[in-house]
Amino acid sequence: MKLFDWIDVKLEKRLAPSRVVNILVPFASLGLALLIGAVLLLIAGVDPIATYGAMLQGAFGTPEQWLQGDFYNLSETLVKAIPLMLCGLGVGIAFRMLFWNIGAEGQVAAGGIAAAGVALTWGSTLPAPLVLPAMIVAGFAAGALWGLIPALLKAYLRVNEIITTLMMNYIAILLVEYLYYGPWKDPKGWGFPGTAEFVEAAWLPRLPGTRVHLGLLLAVLAAAFIWLVLSRTKWGYEIRVIGENPRAARYAGISLVRNVVLVMILSGGLAGLAGMAEVSGIAHRLQTGLTVGYGYTAIIVAWLARLGPWRTLVVAFLFAALLVGGDQIQITMKLPASIALILQGAILFCMLGGEVFTQYRLRWRVRRPVVE
Amino acid sequence: MTDESLAVQMHGITKRFPGVLANDRIDFDVRAGEVHALLGENGAGKSTLMNVLAGLYRPDAGELVVRGQRRDFRSPRDAIGQGIGMVHQHFMLVDVQTVAENVILGLGRPAFFLNMSRIAKEIAELAEEYHLPVDPQAYIWQLSVGEQQRVEILKMLYRGADVLIMDEPTAVLTPQESERLFDTLRLLTAQGKSIVFITHKLNEVFAVANRITVLRDGRVVGTTTPPETSEEDLATMMVGREVLFHIEKEKVEQGKPILEVQDLRAQNDRGLPALKGVSFSIRRGEILGIAGVAGNGQRELAEVLTGLRKATGGHISIQGQETTNRSSREIIQRKVSYVPGDRLGEGLIPNLAVDDNQILKDYCQPPISKGPFLIFSAIDSLAEKLIAAFDIDTPGPKTLVRLLSGGNQQKVLLARELYVAPNLLVAVHPTRGLDIGATEFVRQRLLEQRTEGTGILLISGDLDEVLALSDRVAVIYEGEIMGVMPAAEARIATVGVMMAGGERTQQQGATT
Repeated sequence: MKLFDWIDVKLEKRLAPSRVVNILVPFASLGLALLIGAVLLLIAGVDPIATYGAMLQGAFGTPEQWLQGDFYNLSETLVKAIPLMLCGLGVGIAFRMLFWNIGAEGQVAAGGIAAAGVALTWGSTLPAPLVLPAMIVAGFAAGALWGLIPALLKAYLRVNEIITTLMMNYIAILLVEYLYYGPWKDPKGWGFPGTAEFVEAAWLPRLPGTRVHLGLLLAVLAAAFIWLVLSRTKWGYEIRVIGENPRAARYAGISLVRNVVLVMILSGGLAGLAGMAEVSGIAHRLQTGLTVGYGYTAIIVAWLARLGPWRTLVVAFLFAALLVGGDQIQITMKLPASIALILQGAILFCMLGGEVFTQYRLRWRVRRPVVE
Repeated sequence: MTDESLAVQMHGITKRFPGVLANDRIDFDVRAGEVHALLGENGAGKSTLMNVLAGLYRPDAGELVVRGQRRDFRSPRDAIGQGIGMVHQHFMLVDVQTVAENVILGLGRPAFFLNMSRIAKEIAELAEEYHLPVDPQAYIWQLSVGEQQRVEILKMLYRGADVLIMDEPTAVLTPQESERLFDTLRLLTAQGKSIVFITHKLNEVFAVANRITVLRDGRVVGTTTPPETSEEDLATMMVGREVLFHIEKEKVEQGKPILEVQDLRAQNDRGLPALKGVSFSIRRGEILGIAGVAGNGQRELAEVLTGLRKATGGHISIQGQETTNRSSREIIQRKVSYVPGDRLGEGLIPNLAVDDNQILKDYCQPPISKGPFLIFSAIDSLAEKLIAAFDIDTPGPKTLVRLLSGGNQQKVLLARELYVAPNLLVAVHPTRGLDIGATEFVRQRLLEQRTEGTGILLISGDLDEVLALSDRVAVIYEGEIMGVMPAAEARIATVGVMMAGGERTQQQGATT
């Protein structure tokens, strides 16, 4: 560090967040990321501008396509966004209270298992209109239960929730595999790992011509509910107080135990809904591909959205665009998958790193030389 | 400037934290071979000054001269490189490692090969030399607190420290362990090493110090030596009698007892006894002041009374009803208000708005909420009412509390706690860190509340405040009430000595 002896650089906390900076920073971060990506693409011998164009087109389609009524790319982005939205809302509400739920992935799996269980067991015996509501309830409940276990351990035994929620993931993910490789395996599936296809009553309705399913509505309703709770209710007030100052919450007689439990029921439940929606809206069966990291990605989504419910929906959509666009350039630009991953990584890295500057400002001063 | 007998000189050290001037142009020096006691109340700036010397903080202004040469420390490593080491109040040891491993932790040498048995031998020799018996192979978790402190001292000696800063080293020791520590300190100074001894206990100063410097409110009050001074003088210097406020107290008819405390016992956060059988009572319209040096059980007392800490024995009754170990919410509902000492850390939510802070105690009942919903019209009118009634200077009810000045933050807290017309008010350091205007305002409000018939327990480190506001004064020392006396009859010097744990007999004369 001798090199920098003549200058003092330090980060200083901003007293009040600046509106201009809050808007400017994400754009500047994105710009920097695209620049880094461009250098990499040039090294790889590809035209960066064409590549970025292809990414955009892959994620959203082109105006010409839209005019022809072709919204395929856009709809695929929405499909990916739905589980990110639900999981992002779920982990976001827990983070609000400083409960570090990194177990959304397992809660997705639990929700998927429960929904599949209902569909496979009672799909043809229950009256058709009741099948989907039963699956929704079961998916939510299973996710909630998966979240509740670490919550209870934390509330009563002070077990670190970061560890328990993470560990619960592995249990749920392996349980899913066990089920579709084992007892729930489709006997007529030519050995393919997966359950039998559900009856149609157990399929979430889709927008015609796309794979966008009713889960999107569930996500919007969930965002509305969380917004209502946080801004309008006593419960939301308690969550905000605990999140901002747990000691003040204790001082005011707010029960931490009760809130940890309730919030984790909601948080796990929403992730469970995401699992239910994936199973019932996309795959129509329990199979590989249910747990592909939505639960982890949702953590980034929630933070980038600064835990705001409406912002979470927007960020989840943009994030899905990044994923779909990245997939698309592999096909259209014949780029290796690793390039797409590097681009995604660069964008994320810069966006998250840039966040520092919304909270802190850089200060420097030239040091007077010290006489030894 | 190049006086070789001075190990360390600090000139005009100024250190500012957001909203606080912790050190204001402090001059301080340490001679080779002396114990220099740094005395002052909590918040006087002792630890800040020593953290500057130890390289943990960088001063905003001022210079540091070590053995005649100007130095600029950028980290504790720089400081220890110049032979200055600090033993912190909270030990910086790794529990699951051995003494020897802790001693070499963070050290640049050995470069690669670790010959633990040789290092252990070196440590054992060092321990022998300075009478700091400890087994180098023992794990830290196996050691008593006193032994852990020895490890901290050894750590610094092993690094070649000539100037040892000890931050309230006896706070965690038994009297016998303290005696042994003093022996060690004398041995160290006899060998030419210097000790800075941070404390707020007066008797220790006389036991071990060669020189004494007293700090108050970030400034040096004076430097003296034990033969030139007395406990009374030092107490006066610490609390600063010249800032005495004259307050006209109305005569208030005192009513029935509102709070009765009997043989109350509780533990501190470390599980050690903090209250050792405390008894007192407060009547309606009476202010009982608790005088004492911080850390003698005041915080624990306030927390037990308000339901935030479990009593391990004894009884509390409010308005004749037992409230021992009831939940804080239940105690709030009995109209017990609490102004905690750490207002931003506990009493307020700095990142929420003024109105959100004002509903903290009654957000859960009408008219603030109805069913599950908050009623914003009720919140707005409450906020407006309190902002006007307590003259809170804020751009509006939606401004974040952390953006307000210290005085206005305290007004937000006080407004919330007082508007419910409390039966009992527990106020801890209610004016600490406030400017004169805000201080005056807070004191006036407390007296008004007394006139309205609230019983008030006033815990303050400011002895003048306690004497000026209280009807009766109780002195607390190491979790025990040393005596209770009418404030009008209390002399500052007598109280000062009792605060330092001195001569309990004097107080018995005062109570009877």
